[in-house]
Amino acid sequence: MAYSDKVIDHYSNPKNVGTLDKSSNTVGTGLVGAPECGDVMRLQIQVDNATGIITDAKFKTFGCGSAIASSSLATEWLKGKSVDEAVKIDNMDLVEELNLPPVKIHCSVLAEDAIKAAINDYRSKNGLEQLVFEERIH
Amino acid sequence: MLKLPIYLDHNSTTPMDPRVLETMIPYFTENFGNAASRNHSFGWHAEEAVDYAREQIAQLIGADPKEIIFTSGATEGDNLGIKGVYEMYASKGNHIITCTTEHKAVLDTCKHLEKLGAEVTYLEVQPDGLIDLKALEAAMRPTTILVAIMYANNEIGVVQPVKEISAIAKKHGALFFTDAVQAVGKIPVDVNADGIDLMAFTAHKMYGPKGVGALYVRRKNPRVKVTAQLDGGGHERGMRSGTLNVPGIVGFGKACELARLEMASDTERISKLRDKLENALKQIDESYVNGNPAHRLPHVSNISFKYVEGEGLMMGFNKDIALSSGSACTSASLEPSYVLKALGLGDDLAHSSLRFGLGRYTTEEQIDFTIKAVTDTVLKLREMSPLWEMFKEGIDIDSIQWAHH
Repeated sequence: MAYSDKVIDHYSNPKNVGTLDKSSNTVGTGLVGAPECGDVMRLQIQVDNATGIITDAKFKTFGCGSAIASSSLATEWLKGKSVDEAVKIDNMDLVEELNLPPVKIHCSVLAEDAIKAAINDYRSKNGLEQLVFEERIH
Repeated sequence: MLKLPIYLDHNSTTPMDPRVLETMIPYFTENFGNAASRNHSFGWHAEEAVDYAREQIAQLIGADPKEIIFTSGATEGDNLGIKGVYEMYASKGNHIITCTTEHKAVLDTCKHLEKLGAEVTYLEVQPDGLIDLKALEAAMRPTTILVAIMYANNEIGVVQPVKEISAIAKKHGALFFTDAVQAVGKIPVDVNADGIDLMAFTAHKMYGPKGVGALYVRRKNPRVKVTAQLDGGGHERGMRSGTLNVPGIVGFGKACELARLEMASDTERISKLRDKLENALKQIDESYVNGNPAHRLPHVSNISFKYVEGEGLMMGFNKDIALSSGSACTSASLEPSYVLKALGLGDDLAHSSLRFGLGRYTTEEQIDFTIKAVTDTVLKLREMSPLWEMFKEGIDIDSIQWAHH
């Protein structure tokens, strides 16, 4: 299977690899996937509490090139968005941007789930109710 | 000057040796006869070439040329050997013993026979990949007609104790079939010393052409027969109809002759390179060699690099190095390797494995390049791996409640 140039680029030069302080109340952490499934993604957002803007985003991913590219791209998109805008990031946007083939769509779903989990973690730390998302089958 | 890409996937297939190709060429053009044409010189030439190849092949495995039945490859050999015995010996019993790490051509053939009324025991393997002889002994029944255990495994390269297995089968009056695709041409295989009754193998794993293989069928002590699975002209002593692939067979014969003459020197050279590769990659933290290292093919190494995923790992160098992974992402099924899982490896280690298969043309320069590329990529991906970070922080990854999909 050949990878798209964009996947190769994110794999070779991943953006925003790293770790934010998960104990900080301005940081939301989403950890999704499972080692047995071959994909684990951890995505973190740093939020400016005054403006609700995501000022930084970091990821670490155990997975194939498409999973790494999906999380790298997701962090790029998150930076500068408000939390409310970030909730709207759809996995199909990642699929389109990265030209993911059908067997790799689950990588983009995982990235979307990681964003939502990070947002909910941030909300719960700040006394906000959890957003409820539709259950999806991966 | 190092030429890229480097091929380290010799368990999948091998390049043809130019000496093999050379012997084949005349049989496509001037000597194109049908080996079954008994009435003219074209047929006689073809038949003579086939007979000669049959001798070359038989010699490699210590067989009589009459015991070689040509097939299209080992998948056909596995089907003919197992289904053919099941049908031929139906009056004697319906029980077959095999093991969980067999190739799909054996496992799926057995599953097919189960639908037709066969009873099949799938022996588990031990963590080192070898079957437990006591478990085999215990699984034998009066109705057992066949024990089908591979000679050497395609993913991890472990070599089963074939002599002991065949002795147990014989003691209980069952036949012994072995899929020896990975072993023949690589390590000494002798059908008499090993007690083999039926054996499938193929040319393209030993520097011969694709599309030709053989089923060895014992003729003496005991005389074994298989029911043909293809109806037709009754070629190959009635066991396998179909016009013989003369150029392929000629190439197969030559490949066997070269293997016989050069096996010792090839093995010495290749196993040194394999050991160099393996010893270097074992220096990486949390890397594990899969399969029994003492009972293993000389050219194979299967290594799991914990906390990195196999496909992601290969992407780091697959424009330069061709090899395989046990990762789910490299298979159509999205399941990690069933062979590695059968060893009791967790799915995470199965996902993290690479199989290195060296060959006749592998050079030290290629191995040095591979050591560096794999090491660099593992280290780079670990910096990106949340699991590696948790491991470094002393978090027990198994204690985490993962969301399963």
